[in-house]
Amino acid sequence: MRHIISLLMENEAGALSRVAGLFSARGYNIESLNVAPTEDPTMSRMTIVTSGSDEVIEQINKQLNKLVDVVSVMDLNDGDHIERELMLVKVHAMGEAREELKRIADIFRGRIIDVSDKTYTIELTGSGSKLDSFLQAIDHSLILETVRTGASGIGRGDRILKL
Amino acid sequence: MELTGAEITIRCLQEEGVEYVFGYPGGAVLFIYDELFKQEQVKHVLVRHEQAAVHAADGYARSTDKVGVALVTSGPGVTNAVTGIATAYMDSIPMVVISGQVPTSYIGEDAFQEVDTVGITRPCVKHNFLVKDVRDIASTMKKAFYLAKSGRPGPVLVDIPKDVSQQKAEYSYPATVNIRSYNPQTHGDIGQIKRAAQLLLEAKRPMVYAGGGVVLSDASKQLTELVRLLGVPCTNTLMGLGGYPADDKQFVGMLGMHGTYEANLGMQNCDVLLAVGARFDDRVIGNVGHFNSVPRKIIHIDIDPASISKRVKVDVPIVGDVAHVLADLLSVLNSSKQKPDAAALKDWWKQIEEWRSANSLAYKNSSEVIKPQYVIEQLHRLTHGDAFVTSDVGQHQMWAAQYYKFNHPRRWINSGGLGTMGFGLPAAMGVQLAHPGATVACVTGEGSIQMNIQELSTCKQYQLPIKIIALNNRYLGMVRQWQEFFHGNRYSHSYMDALPDFVKLAEAYGHVGILVEKPSDVEGALKEAFARKDDLVFLDFRTDMTENVYPMVPGGKGLSEVILAEDL
Repeated sequence: MRHIISLLMENEAGALSRVAGLFSARGYNIESLNVAPTEDPTMSRMTIVTSGSDEVIEQINKQLNKLVDVVSVMDLNDGDHIERELMLVKVHAMGEAREELKRIADIFRGRIIDVSDKTYTIELTGSGSKLDSFLQAIDHSLILETVRTGASGIGRGDRILKL
Repeated sequence: MELTGAEITIRCLQEEGVEYVFGYPGGAVLFIYDELFKQEQVKHVLVRHEQAAVHAADGYARSTDKVGVALVTSGPGVTNAVTGIATAYMDSIPMVVISGQVPTSYIGEDAFQEVDTVGITRPCVKHNFLVKDVRDIASTMKKAFYLAKSGRPGPVLVDIPKDVSQQKAEYSYPATVNIRSYNPQTHGDIGQIKRAAQLLLEAKRPMVYAGGGVVLSDASKQLTELVRLLGVPCTNTLMGLGGYPADDKQFVGMLGMHGTYEANLGMQNCDVLLAVGARFDDRVIGNVGHFNSVPRKIIHIDIDPASISKRVKVDVPIVGDVAHVLADLLSVLNSSKQKPDAAALKDWWKQIEEWRSANSLAYKNSSEVIKPQYVIEQLHRLTHGDAFVTSDVGQHQMWAAQYYKFNHPRRWINSGGLGTMGFGLPAAMGVQLAHPGATVACVTGEGSIQMNIQELSTCKQYQLPIKIIALNNRYLGMVRQWQEFFHGNRYSHSYMDALPDFVKLAEAYGHVGILVEKPSDVEGALKEAFARKDDLVFLDFRTDMTENVYPMVPGGKGLSEVILAEDL
């Protein structure tokens, strides 16, 4: 089953490689991983999307907790949570397609953030499946480039990941 | 007062009460060596290969409950040390390794003797640090010792670039250490402990399975008290030997691939299993599916939550320091009105004794050829079971584990997890330095001993009177045994050709060598060796070339699918 794991870790050189190394050394899957500093500059927050049996997910949580640089770990799937991913898509936008792409972007609540005479760059935020749907909705041959951040997640309501 | 990074490093070692540093100098650690030279409190032991430095620090740590310390230079100094670090990591040995690094301005430029030390060692350390600022050395060293020793122990590496060791900073050693992301749990949950007590009291066929965690936590006393209170059989893993007295009648021997019949069948057939500081290793329980095919309740005490329900799902997990948890469990049991089920225990012991009567460690002695088991039995007898015994890896290791009955913890020093050949002799150096007057025997084979034979030179320099018990069967015996059982007797590269004359070799290093070829000479040779209190004696026992280790649970098989000597 797919799990989204959030963790706080020390914002130190090498901390990311400890997490990435753990996943490769123990044969765990990484679907996506993102990391950036938090409001506290000494700490980074990482979101990992992984998959595995309940036993494997339990081990992943324990092994992550064991890393000295990791401050706290939360499996967002243990409760209600919100998940978002950002995607930037550069598309070939000429002739009829130019209008059509704008319409579809509007439907998905995307924004065109860069325009050239031949291209649009569309910004889209949502769950991974929404981003997938958008890519399916537009003419595949028009896609020049896509970049996705991977999922970020946060617990709903009182579920807070902190020190 | 401002001190250089090198001075600070040595001051930190002094503050930590470090007695010995095992190391080898080189370019990147010259400033640190310069400071070592200027003081006397921390003694340095010059090994002949960095792997040996780490194994010696490891042996020192295993036999004392102190943190072992090794010091190596950058590049090849570190890569040579990696096997030693990984060995300590697999067996959770507290250790601090200090490595030199190229100057910070050279890092990443493929400088002379540069390797990414933090990257290379990351998967085999509990934690590591690259110190880029001289002002961070003291706090980093404090953290390193704390991390190495607390929680589940392990090796911690501190990488110090040469310029950082030269720069100056104000020095004060932190009195306390606080790592916000690291808070190992020492006391177990009392509710879980009560559940465990209840299960143990209601058990019909209970069994205690105790591993290296008991030794690391110094919990032998509590374990022994618990096992006697419950009246249950107790087995030790390879790493746990000595954690429960081997002479005790409730001890059923080591379990696992070469464990006794009664230990393995007890493990397989018990209805309540108390696992203490052990991790259900593949060499211990064999095939997981087979092990799980019998229903039983499992209680697992371990300081590392990640060790619990890793290979085998357990019913009552208890995270905490083994000594604390066992003490709490004892007090719960002592205050309980309920007593263990005496009638059920009687039946269970009847079954255990039946298995025990198979006498699975029996072997046929010979007057023609030296049997390796016989050598270990004599070693045990002549040292009154009270020696420190280190070993390398292979058949000799298993025979030492099976036939040297350890009654005390920290006497049996071997590489259980990683299985590192070449461990025995350097580990024995660390043990001997930690216990100057003690009897230290290194049980080895002609294959393993050659993996760190150069340390005979170190032993001469520091006058370490280790007794090397080489069970020389002219084969890489364990490899040969597997080839005999599972590879159609095709002895692919397991014959040790062109062996040196070990007696002359020992003499060349300034030691005493004795060749023993007849069973009738075994006792006399051992006596002579142990009478030479001040000499390292290399005993070259020419043993039976084709002797195998029994019992044996073949790899991937279940604990009851055992090959006994009599089966063949």
